[in-house]
Amino acid sequence: MLNYDLVVVGGGPAGMAAALKAKEEGVEKIVILERAETLGGILEQCIHTGFGLHYFGEELSGPEYAGRFIAEVEKTDIDVYLDTMVLDVSKDNVVTAVNNKDGLIKIQAVAVVLAMGCRERPRGALSIAGSRPAGVMTAGTAQKYVNIDGYMPGKKVVILGSGDIGLIMARRMTLEGAEVKVVCELMPYSGGLKRNIVQCLDDFGIPLRLSCTVIATHGKDRLEGVTIANVDEHLKPIPGTEQYIECDTLLLSVGLIPENELSNGVGIELDRVTGGPTVDEYRETLHKGIFACGNVLQVHDLVDYVTEESKIAGKGAADYIFGKKQEGTYINTKGVNGVRYIVPQRVNIKNEEDVKLYFRVGQVYKGAKVVVECDGNILSSKKKVMLAPGEMENVTITPEMLKNMNENSEITVRIEE
Amino acid sequence: MKKNLICVSCPLGCPIEVEIENGEILSVAGNTCKRGDKYARDELTNPVRSLTTTVKLFDGNLPVVPVKSSKPVPKDKMFECMKLINEATIKAPVKIGDVVISDILGTGADIVVTNNDSGK
Amino acid sequence: MKYDVAVIGAGVVGSLITRELSKYNLKVALLERANDCAMGATKANSAIVHAGFDAKPGSLKAKLNVRGVELMKTTCEELNVPLKNIGAFVVAFSEEEIPHLEELLERGKENGVPGLEIVYRDELVKREPNIGEKAVAALYAPTSSIVCPYELTIAGVENAVTNGAEFLRNCEVKAIKQNSDSFTLDTTLGEIEASLVINAAGVHSGKVAEMIGDTSIEIKPRRGDYYLLDKSQGALAFSTIFQCPTKMGKGVLVSPTVDGNLIVGPSAIEHNDGDNVETTAEGLQSVYNSATKSIPAVSLRNAITSFSGNRAHCTADDFIIGSSEKNKNFINVAGIESPGLSSAPAIAEMVRELVVSLMGDIEKKSNFNPQRPAPVRFREMTSAQRERLIEKNKAYGRIVCRCETITEGEIIDAIHAPAGARDVDGVKRRTRAGMGRCQGGFCGSKVVEILARELNVPVNTITKFGGNSNIMYDKTK
Repeated sequence: MLNYDLVVVGGGPAGMAAALKAKEEGVEKIVILERAETLGGILEQCIHTGFGLHYFGEELSGPEYAGRFIAEVEKTDIDVYLDTMVLDVSKDNVVTAVNNKDGLIKIQAVAVVLAMGCRERPRGALSIAGSRPAGVMTAGTAQKYVNIDGYMPGKKVVILGSGDIGLIMARRMTLEGAEVKVVCELMPYSGGLKRNIVQCLDDFGIPLRLSCTVIATHGKDRLEGVTIANVDEHLKPIPGTEQYIECDTLLLSVGLIPENELSNGVGIELDRVTGGPTVDEYRETLHKGIFACGNVLQVHDLVDYVTEESKIAGKGAADYIFGKKQEGTYINTKGVNGVRYIVPQRVNIKNEEDVKLYFRVGQVYKGAKVVVECDGNILSSKKKVMLAPGEMENVTITPEMLKNMNENSEITVRIEE
Repeated sequence: MKKNLICVSCPLGCPIEVEIENGEILSVAGNTCKRGDKYARDELTNPVRSLTTTVKLFDGNLPVVPVKSSKPVPKDKMFECMKLINEATIKAPVKIGDVVISDILGTGADIVVTNNDSGK
Repeated sequence: MKYDVAVIGAGVVGSLITRELSKYNLKVALLERANDCAMGATKANSAIVHAGFDAKPGSLKAKLNVRGVELMKTTCEELNVPLKNIGAFVVAFSEEEIPHLEELLERGKENGVPGLEIVYRDELVKREPNIGEKAVAALYAPTSSIVCPYELTIAGVENAVTNGAEFLRNCEVKAIKQNSDSFTLDTTLGEIEASLVINAAGVHSGKVAEMIGDTSIEIKPRRGDYYLLDKSQGALAFSTIFQCPTKMGKGVLVSPTVDGNLIVGPSAIEHNDGDNVETTAEGLQSVYNSATKSIPAVSLRNAITSFSGNRAHCTADDFIIGSSEKNKNFINVAGIESPGLSSAPAIAEMVRELVVSLMGDIEKKSNFNPQRPAPVRFREMTSAQRERLIEKNKAYGRIVCRCETITEGEIIDAIHAPAGARDVDGVKRRTRAGMGRCQGGFCGSKVVEILARELNVPVNTITKFGGNSNIMYDKTK
């Protein structure tokens, strides 16, 4: 059995930032366990630019953003196991991992940071009828084929889902010579950034069909075409609007799911909306000494926020290791009236620093107010030009606000139009 | 002649209408801030885009390595740039910042490597 | 190439027949038009070993089902295929349906099915807490089991090949010439001669029989759509939950699978194209609607995939097993729909006896090995076992499929096994890599890489399931 102060599960942007912050705080023995052959996580295949505008104040590609953290990790004495899969985290914080060099590895950790990221929702979850040929894959899988393996997964492409990965892949496939016929979006609005719609679709004349979905796939061996149809306000296909589109590839960009199988294994409580663990303001889960950050906690749209969140978790883990994380009085946060969820879900009212509450809204709002309330008192109310489900928002709770709360208080965040 | 654009300077995405005559911009309308006005003028006079793709890599751990244009290139030259990039090759080891093609198509932009590959 | 026996069709029936025949000193070939075995109805059915109360007494279905259940246990033990005896309920959703249960109970007794009993709501709810509100009673069949049909088939083919049979994939029979004492099969792999032919071609058995002028088999394919739910849903039912059967079959069932998922289906749609396995929105919707009657908590949010298969329903409404009227050395094994999987070991036994009687004095092999070694299952091992395993072979230390915890070593084993995997779906059926909740999103490209490396071919020639189902095209540059 190995002994480490901190075991970080996952060497993507979240895991690296958490490990680095813990190191900076003085934690001695830290190890990162990463299942891929390199550090960097999903950023390695996100070769487009647009990363780092908030955190570094410049526009980087995914590998460049990751590269800066990899270089930092390499400068420290943080141990890194690559190509190593964590199989289990036990209730007493023993992490079991495996790789093909060391075999089974058991590590007793004082604290654990979970940073496993998320996975893409596959076809099965969508109930698309029709045949099951080759050529139907998630946008992220296609991104790996093109950007890492250097192979084209198709030539005539239909994309379902207008999240940013879908939009980015529309441009990427087009630049590499494929014909992207259409991007279909089930919702009446795109979940992607405006900038990506303009620069990934409009620039290349790729149509975006809103309130439209793929209802069937055709072709026995390789995909030969799909049937698309418009959907009504209940998101059900409207009979008579079916249209056949010839294509050899269907890319799915229909949502991301935090990968919490390890968390489930430990018995960590998950938030039903985020799909990630319930955490306090230091990103500690309800299991003592186990922290979570990055896309395993909540799906982010900007890696810069992942970094910010993970540093909080790294600091929290360090405090825990040094016994500085005092017992507190925790109260719940709650998103109501248009606010789908809030992370962190609980806050220690004895906290003496600002606490940022991150949240997402359920629909597009223009000129609406974000209102924070506790025990009938409005703590803050701020008008926002624009609120959209695709963009994570935050509000700040100050120690002064916390001081007036008691163990029965609840902080709510809501939208007022 | 009127041209319609969507401003991408912020998530708001203002629909902008630009009146243009003989290449001269007469008016910009629909934007809600100054950035929209600048975006529309740049977009209509000299639209540029960052270009990211991969280059064939010899002796690397991976068969390709990602690259980007060191600054945005004219929008209408993207596919011409892609053609040149697809013909280029580089040999591992490579590191972030290595130049694959300098001043591509006289645009002033270099095509630079954006990931490290220490080679086999 | 000349064989004593050519078996056409490597479904569960063809597989187990070939294995039975590999017990003799015979040169046997198993011909399969697809790139792998278990590619027809075998890979897309309910995966139930039925107790045998459903079939009409006196029919072949009834006889072979009950015998099949007896033989299944030994077969699965020898082949190291998991068989789980979880029992089954046929649920009545109104008082009016109870006589139906009684009828099934009587039929079952006549067929010789042991242990049948009718239980009423209170008892049913105790055993199946998630059962629907309207369930009033159920027939309980304790001998009903679940098995993975493609795993059984693959194991059977592996074992047959180990014992000397040949597995010929991508070998579609196009025409059959009858010689004086043999047949010449015109196939996509060239001409194949055989003294005896066994037609186990599933939905295409009618077409294959016609190749020798036998028009007695009329197959009417019945398509069935299914949902497979995530393992987190596997405990919604403890036994297989049937509804009262209809003319079109046993109706929609909800059942755990051997691997711990929940299977829901099938619909029943008659059509003409036995190769068409496209699901339809209506079919899937009807499956969902019926299933929630049995177990209301079934939610499509947890579906990981949907698929459909064709049952080889024949108009004779019973299995057709025996020498063709046109030529006694041409044995039809046709119309094998439910309870085909349950009956498969008994069908194989029956066909073996027929072959022995037709061929006269054939010798048993002295060195027949009935055992197929159990494949390595890393996910089911203890830490100590895992340590020993990785010590022997480092490839077992590399997890390729995260969702199902499948190692590179297991994938390599699957490729190099007798009649091993040649494509991504073949690896998936043998190892479960790609069968979890991400459905190959992460491991798909790694499996392609490993297949290409182990088979020593370029990655873009690797297919999903043979034919033109290539996964990647050309290099980007």
